[in-house]
Amino acid sequence: MKSWMPFEVIAALRFLGEGRMQTTFIIVGASIGVAVVVFMSAILTGMQANIIRRSLLSQPHIVIQPAEEVARPLRDPRDEAPTVQKRTQRLLSIDQWQAHSQVIRDMPGVDVVTPTVAGPAFALRGDANRSVSLTGIDPDDFVRIVPLPDKIVAGTWRLTSTDVLIGTELATDLGAAVGDKMRLATPNGAALTLTITGIFDLGSKGVNERNVYVLLRTAQDLLNLTGGASNLDVTVKDLWQAENIAQRINARVGLEADSWIRTNNQLFIALNAQTISNTALRIAVAICVALGIASVLVVSVVQKSREIGILRAMGASRLQVMNVFLIQGGIVGLVGSIFGSAIAAAFLKAWEVMLKNPDGTPLFQLHFEPKLAVWAAIIATLTGLAAAVTPARRAARLDPVVAIRG
Amino acid sequence: MAEAVIRLEGVRKAYPGAGGEDVEVLHGIDLGLDRGEFVALMGPSGSGKSTLLNLVGLLDRPTGGRILIAGADTTALDEAAITQLRGKRIGFVFQYHYLIPAFTAIENVMMPMLLARGRPDEAMRKRAAALLAQVGLTQWENNKVNFLSGGQQQRVAIARALAMNPALVLADEPTGNLDTKSADGVFSVMREVNRAEGTAFLFVTHNPTLAARCDRLVQLVDGRIVTPAAAPQPALAAASP
Repeated sequence: MKSWMPFEVIAALRFLGEGRMQTTFIIVGASIGVAVVVFMSAILTGMQANIIRRSLLSQPHIVIQPAEEVARPLRDPRDEAPTVQKRTQRLLSIDQWQAHSQVIRDMPGVDVVTPTVAGPAFALRGDANRSVSLTGIDPDDFVRIVPLPDKIVAGTWRLTSTDVLIGTELATDLGAAVGDKMRLATPNGAALTLTITGIFDLGSKGVNERNVYVLLRTAQDLLNLTGGASNLDVTVKDLWQAENIAQRINARVGLEADSWIRTNNQLFIALNAQTISNTALRIAVAICVALGIASVLVVSVVQKSREIGILRAMGASRLQVMNVFLIQGGIVGLVGSIFGSAIAAAFLKAWEVMLKNPDGTPLFQLHFEPKLAVWAAIIATLTGLAAAVTPARRAARLDPVVAIRG
Repeated sequence: MAEAVIRLEGVRKAYPGAGGEDVEVLHGIDLGLDRGEFVALMGPSGSGKSTLLNLVGLLDRPTGGRILIAGADTTALDEAAITQLRGKRIGFVFQYHYLIPAFTAIENVMMPMLLARGRPDEAMRKRAAALLAQVGLTQWENNKVNFLSGGQQQRVAIARALAMNPALVLADEPTGNLDTKSADGVFSVMREVNRAEGTAFLFVTHNPTLAARCDRLVQLVDGRIVTPAAAPQPALAAASP
């Protein structure tokens, strides 16, 4: 008996040590439960991070646009019930965009705000012409939203007023290489000849075919928006807060703000469903573990009822008896979480080694965060304690007279 | 008159019966034990011995009458206070010794002190070792109790009952399961403690020879004390089963 340990802990450890087989079974059970939860959580987090990273690579989290133009009939529409046709939407600059972007940048949760000018254009080279989506960017800020320099596969990351960056597919379609000239023409008649300084690969065929990046000023000239910005692109610190922040922006500056959650609704729903089903599964596993611990402890209380009676006869309080069993539950949870986290870490390592992309990089990045193990330990211990409540109360309620006689 | 360690005044105990009516097992028991007294309690099966012992040991509460410990009434005490009083004042030795098998002999003896004080310390260990020496088990003190013989286990139980230096030890047929030689040894140990420490003993037994060696014999028949004998009467003792 170690002198620093209180009676309850000593007795809990001895009782667990005594029922060796039961204790082994239940700790193995708890370990497997914890291992499954930790492993699943790490996989899910890694997978979601991967999906989000790939899907959101070439887009900002929130896109801000001018408020939609609406038709305002001069007569009261209730008078004669006229048909009010929807207005066509012109490409407009955001009014006061510089002031607005400053306001948005100062809002909590917002990371980067950068103006862009986006509109339709034709890429022309020789006989080839392709319709493209032209985006004028402020390179310094924009790279903090889309990591373009990392995605350049040919040429360099350089953008002056006569330069253009195009995707790999478009380069193939136009038969263009780095250093070649190409012409960009817009529906309003403007056209410029630009030098291809870099070819990028953003990992999606559609994007590589259609996205064309030029300097903000160049796009303003081409799209006839001198000094303007058609969009403000925003990234936020917490992805999942994007929609809330978009709504706050809308309320604050009165502009249309669309978050990735709205524009990629299907993706968001899928990710959310995954998180919910994962949580449900985790809870189910926790309940299974808790029931296992509870059933073993209930049996233990019955087996030990005579000893409990003796302890009570010798002056053990109900609280002391209860604590002995609560602590057993807690110990099982804690020990199970330590083994479980170790098992999960080993499986994650194996996963990383065995499942690889064709280029040898891991299929997706998995991080076994120590924080996860700490959480697992805390939750497993609490689960063990909770599981022990019923058996412990039962033990505490034992009548010493009945317990000793029985 | 010597100070009474425990006094029962008109104690009754009834249990709920099958037909909804209570069945009274003890019908007004008056019994007192003085300091240093060694009293044998005899009676046929079903006479209420165990019930009486549970009441004396504060494990159960009477349905009538009063139990006084060192002159103080226990009727009004709550559960926690009773538990504390029991732990401090009363030691138990049971027929099936009821040691805790997960612990060694010395740890079992330390248990009442551990329960009272929360954490083990050196003083407890010394006291437990001294008690085990008193019952002649020094060389077994670090054995798990399951590895000891019946007589040895019963002696551990006696040492444990004495751990808190109680005024009263209740022994419920402690020799009932032992052979004559072991029973004699266990009885002698109790008697020695009784003489050396002045601890009062209430000793339930079916063995008339051992009962005859006690200071006083109390006979319980059908829930009543029939012979408040001042001294053991071999004739009466021999007549009981």
